[in-house]
Amino acid sequence: MARAFTPKVITANDLIAGDVIYQTADDRWSRDLAEAELITDEAHAQLRLLDAVRQASKVVGAYLADVRPGPNGPEPVHFREDFRRTGPSNYAHGKQETSPQPRA
Amino acid sequence: MYRYSEFDTAFLAARNAQFRAQVERRIDGSLTEDEFKPLRLMNGLYLQLHAYMLRVAIPYGTLNSAQMRKLAYLAETWDKGYGHFTTRQNIQYNWPKLSDVPDMLDALAEVGLHAIQTSGNTIRNVTADHFAGAAADEVADPRPYAELLRQWSTDHPEFQFMPRKFKIAITGSANDRAVIKAHDIGLQLVERDGVLGARVIVGGGLGRTPMIGQELSPFVSFDDLLAYLEATVSVWNQIGRRDNKYKARIKITVFEHGIDAIRAKVNERFLKVRGQFKGADMALLDRIKAHFAPPEFVQNGQSGFEDAYRTDNIFRSWVDTNIAAHKRDDHAIVTISLKAHGATPGDATAEQMRVMADLAECYAYDELRISHEQNVILPHVPRAHLHAIFKALQENGLSTANIGLISDIIACPGMDYCALATARSIPVAQQIATRFEELKLEHEIGALKIKISGCINACGHHHVGHIGILGLDRAGVENYQITLGGDATETATIGERTGPGFAYDQIVPAIERIVETYLDQRLDREESFIETYRRVGMAPFKAALYPEARADAA
Repeated sequence: MARAFTPKVITANDLIAGDVIYQTADDRWSRDLAEAELITDEAHAQLRLLDAVRQASKVVGAYLADVRPGPNGPEPVHFREDFRRTGPSNYAHGKQETSPQPRA
Repeated sequence: MYRYSEFDTAFLAARNAQFRAQVERRIDGSLTEDEFKPLRLMNGLYLQLHAYMLRVAIPYGTLNSAQMRKLAYLAETWDKGYGHFTTRQNIQYNWPKLSDVPDMLDALAEVGLHAIQTSGNTIRNVTADHFAGAAADEVADPRPYAELLRQWSTDHPEFQFMPRKFKIAITGSANDRAVIKAHDIGLQLVERDGVLGARVIVGGGLGRTPMIGQELSPFVSFDDLLAYLEATVSVWNQIGRRDNKYKARIKITVFEHGIDAIRAKVNERFLKVRGQFKGADMALLDRIKAHFAPPEFVQNGQSGFEDAYRTDNIFRSWVDTNIAAHKRDDHAIVTISLKAHGATPGDATAEQMRVMADLAECYAYDELRISHEQNVILPHVPRAHLHAIFKALQENGLSTANIGLISDIIACPGMDYCALATARSIPVAQQIATRFEELKLEHEIGALKIKISGCINACGHHHVGHIGILGLDRAGVENYQITLGGDATETATIGERTGPGFAYDQIVPAIERIVETYLDQRLDREESFIETYRRVGMAPFKAALYPEARADAA
């Protein structure tokens, strides 16, 4: 039996700045995971990923990342995604510089 | 110091203009990422976790002050005010914007630096002993030959699409400080009957399948060396495995065919290509050698040193730890630690880079080196200037006296930056250094090399650390495996795994138990960690790490 579909967001890196971005439900790219579209349906996920991949002049390496729903929007499941949404742990660089991105 | 010829300058300018146009075409949408990626990698530009990363080569680890200042300029103009020196004598900028990279490359070109072949399946930056030209124990300065290798390998038409990347390291000394046995090719300069040549080691490498290189030839004279190396790379280029990325490196080719079969193939190929080298390479080498003439050393360079050494305790401790013997008694080799306790190994701020550049220019014949151990070296320092240098370093957070000690840790960027990483390395290094500083045990423990990688690709050389730490992802949680007994020198050895790994919050206590075991087991202070390990073996360390296993067995 196929594994049950777990919630996802679409994430990529910005073509120019290279930073981590997330696709929103209203077709923007946000720096903030909390604003990402929470995708719970597999067919919808594939369609949204196609949309993202097509935007080659804006984004690089779009993929579906596992998340779990939280009170303030999607939360990362894996620690790698937690780093991506926050920034490195040795300096307060990356997203930590501009807006608070609490580590889970 | 090698100075670019008109040809070199024009070549680099053309290459940078080409890449600028490629970046423009990527940004305006005419190139897809699939088309652009190999082009950016050829120019050292990666896309990492949080941003692009530009890897700039520091050929054979040598810089002058103008180059170091330019690295500082890049750090503060297009990055976040710092740079990261790596285990392959490169510097990495962690935060450039794609649209700024062509300007960064042009700025580097002004001082003869570049990012060519710092990535991709090419011959990478040729690394060298960081004490080259200064060490008392070397046969000859290996850097002229390293520069010849750079010119030979850059844009070499036969070697642009190889099965995998290819790394060469070179040393002029029997005491290996360049880890030549863990490179695809390692060269050790040797002299035979008055003729200079090299012992050629092949098939070393760390990563997923760590292997110690084997001797391909005990001696190839300089006249023949380039042809011999071309033959070696060419044999691998033909029979190296392209079907499986993980079996593509020359170490696997050597392992699968056996060193004797590889030697026979290389010799056969060598006879074919030898005729193509008609001595132009030797003429070029002669010209290059002139660029590496030793500085005009001042005489009686030691005056005043003894007084400062006697009266300033902190200075004395730094001298005893961070200074190595120079080939001249009145000079010294200074290693500037980029491992202040709790800092990120290998990072230097733009300001620190400028301070080091100024010190090199003012006191040390305008030369700096970057070591694979992620420190900066002033290779030629009259002893009279050591105290002034120390004082300036002290004011800039660069005077940590820990070279070769437990906090002088090699660590790859790990999951804080690297897209390939499976766990973090930097915070583990920071915590180990901070912990042993708190315990005030560092000098008591003595010589000990800890090396940390955040994935099996082993950029942090964990296999050859006396204590190696490998960060892995075990079911979505960071987990750290420990190896003991590794050795990166001429007696190179791959470390042995202790057993199951440790969680992120358990790795520092585990290292502490290993160190306590060493202090308990050693015969006396003279017996170093690695000597004790070789004498007593794994058992006492295992018992200290896994007490529950012992209880179960009882």
